[in-house]
Amino acid sequence: MGNLLLFISVTNAMALLEFTDRGIYCARADVYIDPWKPVDRALITHGHADHSRWGMKAYLSTHSAGPVIKYRLGDIRLQTVGYGEVTTINGVKFSFHPAGHIIGSAQIRVEYKGEIWVASGDYKLEDDGLSEAYEPVKCQHFITESTFGLPVYRWTPQEEVFADINDWWRANAAEGKVSVLTGYALGKAQRLLHGLDSSIGRIYTHGAIENTNEVIRAQGIKLPDTIRVSKEINKKDYPGQLVLSTPGAVGQPWIKKFGQISLGAASGWMTLRGARRRRGADRGFVLSDHCDWPQLLEAIDLTGAENIYVTHGYTAIFSRHLRTLGLNAVELETEYEGELAEMETKQETMKG
Amino acid sequence: MQQFANLFRRLDRTTKTNAKVAALADYFREADDQDKLWTMALLSHRRPKRTVNSKLLRGWAAELAGIDLWLLEESYHVVGDLAESISLVLPPPERSSDRSLSEWIAIVEQLGTYDEDGKREAVTDAWRELDTTERYLFNKLITGGFRVGVSQKLMTRALSQATEVEETNLAHRLMGNWTPHTTTFDELINSESATDNISRPYPFYLAYQLEQEAESLGTPDEWQAEHKWDGIRGQLIVRDGELFVWSRGEELVTDKYPEYHPLAELLPDGTVIDGEILPYANGHPLGFNVLQTRIGRKKVNKKLLQEAPIVLMAYDLLEVGGEDIRARPMSERRELLEELLETHDTQGIVLLSPIYEFSDWKDLAAERETAREKHSEGIMLKRRNSEYKQGRKKGDWWKWKVDPLTIDAVLLYAQRGHGRRANLFTDFTFGVWDGDTLVPFTKAYSGLTDKEFNRITAWVRKNTIDRFGPVRSVKPHHVFEIGFEGIRKSTRHKSGVALRFPRMLRWREDKPKEEANTKADLLAMLEMYGGEDL
Ligand SMILES: [Zn+2]
Ligand SMILES: [Zn+2]
Repeated sequence: MGNLLLFISVTNAMALLEFTDRGIYCARADVYIDPWKPVDRALITHGHADHSRWGMKAYLSTHSAGPVIKYRLGDIRLQTVGYGEVTTINGVKFSFHPAGHIIGSAQIRVEYKGEIWVASGDYKLEDDGLSEAYEPVKCQHFITESTFGLPVYRWTPQEEVFADINDWWRANAAEGKVSVLTGYALGKAQRLLHGLDSSIGRIYTHGAIENTNEVIRAQGIKLPDTIRVSKEINKKDYPGQLVLSTPGAVGQPWIKKFGQISLGAASGWMTLRGARRRRGADRGFVLSDHCDWPQLLEAIDLTGAENIYVTHGYTAIFSRHLRTLGLNAVELETEYEGELAEMETKQETMKG
Repeated sequence: MQQFANLFRRLDRTTKTNAKVAALADYFREADDQDKLWTMALLSHRRPKRTVNSKLLRGWAAELAGIDLWLLEESYHVVGDLAESISLVLPPPERSSDRSLSEWIAIVEQLGTYDEDGKREAVTDAWRELDTTERYLFNKLITGGFRVGVSQKLMTRALSQATEVEETNLAHRLMGNWTPHTTTFDELINSESATDNISRPYPFYLAYQLEQEAESLGTPDEWQAEHKWDGIRGQLIVRDGELFVWSRGEELVTDKYPEYHPLAELLPDGTVIDGEILPYANGHPLGFNVLQTRIGRKKVNKKLLQEAPIVLMAYDLLEVGGEDIRARPMSERRELLEELLETHDTQGIVLLSPIYEFSDWKDLAAERETAREKHSEGIMLKRRNSEYKQGRKKGDWWKWKVDPLTIDAVLLYAQRGHGRRANLFTDFTFGVWDGDTLVPFTKAYSGLTDKEFNRITAWVRKNTIDRFGPVRSVKPHHVFEIGFEGIRKSTRHKSGVALRFPRMLRWREDKPKEEANTKADLLAMLEMYGGEDL
């Protein structure tokens, strides 16, 4: 049974978007946004596995999100549009706007007769220099994630985090160790690449990451030079260099070939001591492609929306806080999973 | 504090023993004496007195962070640590501070003399000039209890590297009744004679859990077997006509157990016995829960002494006639212990832990099965020719614990976990059958793999019946095997029983819910193994 039915009452029957057990639905245009069950027509905010699923008859995404979605989902019917370009379906206007989360990620704006909704997917406000930078979109109804919707989550500026990461690499190199840095294959891996100081040494990549890099380079985006880890590489080449790995590969025999390593993990969860210790990494770097607490509040403020729908993350706590600010906020049960899903997808394990 | 914060970050960031020792040794070479002394005190659980209660801290932190108190409470619930939660919700510092660790501790100790406003001012001032890690440490100085995975042993090793004083001498000197207020770094580290502190205990020798087959240990005649009594490990010292009792946590507990006080007269000077502080009456050990009623109390009254009487179950003799005999073989120490207790009547206060003679490992396995009825945790195996070592060392001493009790129960309620696991359901409540209804009887949090937690989370999402705040009731369907160490009657729990160390042993996907255990099964276990909840 759809546990979403609980919330139907807050969105009356005539609402432009409603929340069903297949996903966010626009009845007037008969399209879904980021659905998690097979439907005819799906608008996709970005290529992470929990937002972009297999089995839809037709997909629509931004031009720059398209290649990765196609690469991950295989032979699908995909149409792409530019940011800001309006697609009208049965009088409803749909447009995609930069979300700053990963390359090609978008917030989807839906407008009909003056009623405006924005489904933001995943997003962050800090410009990472690689993804199209977040742009606030005015609306009355805003659907937001809350992956890090707790006041303990406050990011330090990325320059400082990358300075720490590069210092760590340098120190390992001086000791002749291999620096193994983990991040999920789509998004975090490219952001790390973008911030690493290639003058320290060579950057090797896990197959799942390099496959994604190739797709991204093929669409004309410049990434630093990388070398795919393979059997042909002499083990003596690794000391002092950096290996970019998926978190999932760390527990595998794959990691053994590098010899003496220092393991670094880059994730928003690394804020908490308990999470750092459970991960078993030598170093935890706090770096996320999601909003921290202040960013979430700023983003909501910038939309001017009074109706806020809170999806994956600390939904109950964050929506309660929004209500104390006088907003009409409700929590939604969805099947989006935040950073957990982004860390590993079936695709990555298959192709890794 | 920056120096100490750097040490903390280095310790916290690694699980490798060598890296921790190196970080500590570096610190012990660089820091000033007073900071070193305080660091040693903190790492050996000698904390400054608690001067502010945590309720006040929460209020001030929420105010300074500009958030509602409930948001701080929720954050605390997710993070699981108040000092850390506060350090994270506060806005970035306005200035930096170069006060040393000892100076900050002096400030924390001073707080006790201030009124509430004065306390608030001092604490919030500190928060304004400390960075996240420093704040965390400052908060921990106030609230107590930070763990950095540094045992006394590692600290001693690092200190030995930095000071070039031999490790075993240091280990001895660091035990005992000192605080940074009663000694100096130099006095503590360089005090020559072991007798200058007659209360000083020997470091405990701790056994590893036996994971392999007992047969693999060799022939039975190499081993001494006895029960691992379920009390508190203790060391009893009589020197210069005075008695000292230490618990394994290196806590001096002499005053808590007046039953032992006559021993100062009854045992000869220069005697140190290793044993178990054990609740005991009419020739039998009582359950651990009986002892629990005494652990937290500083003062003991007559009633308590009658309801929870204790003895010392003696395992080993470490010092006799003032001579340290730890290097002699176990068998010889045991003989000397027996001789001591034969020649000195302790009026039943000290009992000799009986040795179980066995010629076949199967005999011993059978004896181990009786452990729970005898209120023991299993069997202790000590190599007959073993020395009494320091700390946890593999090879000569093993504890062969009895298997956990188990019961098959149905999942009834689920709650989200903390931190990285906030997206997963990890906290579960289980029930057993009472007629055709399921009654909840225990919670369990651990024991499943990440994969299993992922799967059960997806299932919980789709099978929620109702919600009560953060708790969801789910369709009764899944059966789990719950393992636990003990069971007792409890008036505080609805089911009437409380379990000791419950955890999930297995997800029994092969079992339909109808085949889970019943309340009657649970009560039968209580009858067999349970103690009273006093
Ligand atoms: Zn995403
Ligand atoms: Zn997401």
